[in-house]
Amino acid sequence: MTAVLELEGLTVRRGRRDVLADVTLDVAAGEMLGLVGPNGAGKTTLLRAALGLQPRAAGAVRLAGRPLEALSERERAAVAGYLPQERRVAWNMPALDVAALGAGALGPHEGRALALDCLTELEVGDLAGRGVLDMSGGERARVLLARLLATRAKLLVADEPAAGLDPEAQLLILERLRARAVAGAAVVVTSHDLAIAARFCNRLAVLHHGRLRIVGAPGAALSREVLAEVFALDGELIASPAGPILAARRLPANPTAVSC
Amino acid sequence: MRLLTLLALLLAAALGLSIIFGETVLSAAQYAQGLADPASPAGTILFGIRAPRAAAAALTGAALGLAGAVMQGLLRNPLAEPGVLGVSAWSGFAAALAIAAGLGALPGVTELAALGGALAAGGVIALLAARFREPETLILFGVALAALGGALTALVFNLSPSPITYAEMLAWLQGSVANRDWPDLGAALIPMAPGAALCAYAAVGLRMLTLGEETASLSGLPMARLRVVAVAGAALLTGASVAMAGVIGFVGLAAPHMVRGSVSDDPARTLVPSAFAGAILLTLADLAARVIPSEEELRLGVVTALFGAPLFALIAWRAARSWRA
Repeated sequence: MTAVLELEGLTVRRGRRDVLADVTLDVAAGEMLGLVGPNGAGKTTLLRAALGLQPRAAGAVRLAGRPLEALSERERAAVAGYLPQERRVAWNMPALDVAALGAGALGPHEGRALALDCLTELEVGDLAGRGVLDMSGGERARVLLARLLATRAKLLVADEPAAGLDPEAQLLILERLRARAVAGAAVVVTSHDLAIAARFCNRLAVLHHGRLRIVGAPGAALSREVLAEVFALDGELIASPAGPILAARRLPANPTAVSC
Repeated sequence: MRLLTLLALLLAAALGLSIIFGETVLSAAQYAQGLADPASPAGTILFGIRAPRAAAAALTGAALGLAGAVMQGLLRNPLAEPGVLGVSAWSGFAAALAIAAGLGALPGVTELAALGGALAAGGVIALLAARFREPETLILFGVALAALGGALTALVFNLSPSPITYAEMLAWLQGSVANRDWPDLGAALIPMAPGAALCAYAAVGLRMLTLGEETASLSGLPMARLRVVAVAGAALLTGASVAMAGVIGFVGLAAPHMVRGSVSDDPARTLVPSAFAGAILLTLADLAARVIPSEEELRLGVVTALFGAPLFALIAWRAARSWRA
């Protein structure tokens, strides 16, 4: 499989502190990689540094085999599409216009046709004419994902695409991203829902304090040991007909601490 | 296209009213004489005094409307306008300084100073825009720049050498298009035309900024360049409008707001209709300044502020919806 995203020794520094330290990771075409870790582990920082949105202190990034620095803005956009965690939209533009922003490389008619297809795929095609600020959070999240899908980029990067959504919407969004991976794209998602990440991703990369703790198949990446060490959880992933379930309880952080 | 046709018709009507009505009341016979013979006394009033004045108001309003739409798109904020980033304040300060230095009598010097002040502030903002991407940061710098420009203007007033200079500076800062003639309009177009062209170039970037800086940065557009171009275009337009008519607030704020709903809130498609709306607003405001009975003719900047301030409050009220969303 061809690596679409290659990170080598990626380090990001804030002040004197390494918020991301020496991360080496590949994501191949046709693969969906889940980036998991506790709050502050460096997931968003990793995505932003990988896409050139954040300066890195050390390390190299290659997109579709070429160094990130060698790509023009247009070339970078053709390789990588990004869905930030922030879902704020400045103006009340119709959903179709927002989704069509992803298809800027196409002509206006083709772009809008593709945007409508993506909205329909995410089951919000009937809301194409509605202003995004008049929508519920879940509807808006789907419209913004439709914008990402409309980029048709080789690498789709989605930061917490399903956070805060109802279970059905979460499954739909991860299903559609998974379908893009099956169709040949490289997909990277972050998630705090470990069971969902384990269910949809081929591999999981576990970040802890800015370092890559483990990369591997979901069962191995979320072993009892990793759950305890990284997430302070006592438990395990259990297989079920509908996908993995996380059965865990919180480990006491410090038995001697006084509870409040 | 229907919107632009409607706005063009409204502008033509506003210009027509502005030429027909004025401080001097003409009889039907005088109108007929003026239309038949532009060199007649009535013709001079209609086409030598009122027409260039109305055109100056329309041109200034168009520049401010367009600059406001660009600022709002750039800062993703419906309350932004050239005044928010300090461009108007520095333009007014530079003009006041030129008058206080005794250069006001030299033709074109005050106007060039106004343009220079706007470009200086625009340059600072452009440098900051290249360094800081968050609109909130730019607004904060703009507020500081505007406060400094206002304070320096107050200092110039404070140290004003004579009451005549004081009155001259005050008249400039309160805004007016009285006594503008056709060559003035031609001179204003020299900075306004490239300013408008820069805004048109940046339009596509403003649309992409709807989804935030990060999404725009990865859209394939040269966002760093477009951001600087947008600031430069808005500064040129604002400086040229201050050079033409003094400091006039609220048109840049109100015009984009009036048309945004008709173009599906698209920041790029808001630009041209905003220019039309600004032109209509300022033409009508100047007409009001002339025909509202008063001992002294009302200053244009005063009229726009009187109507604009309540509108500002209304926009803030409605904007709360998007902040809650």
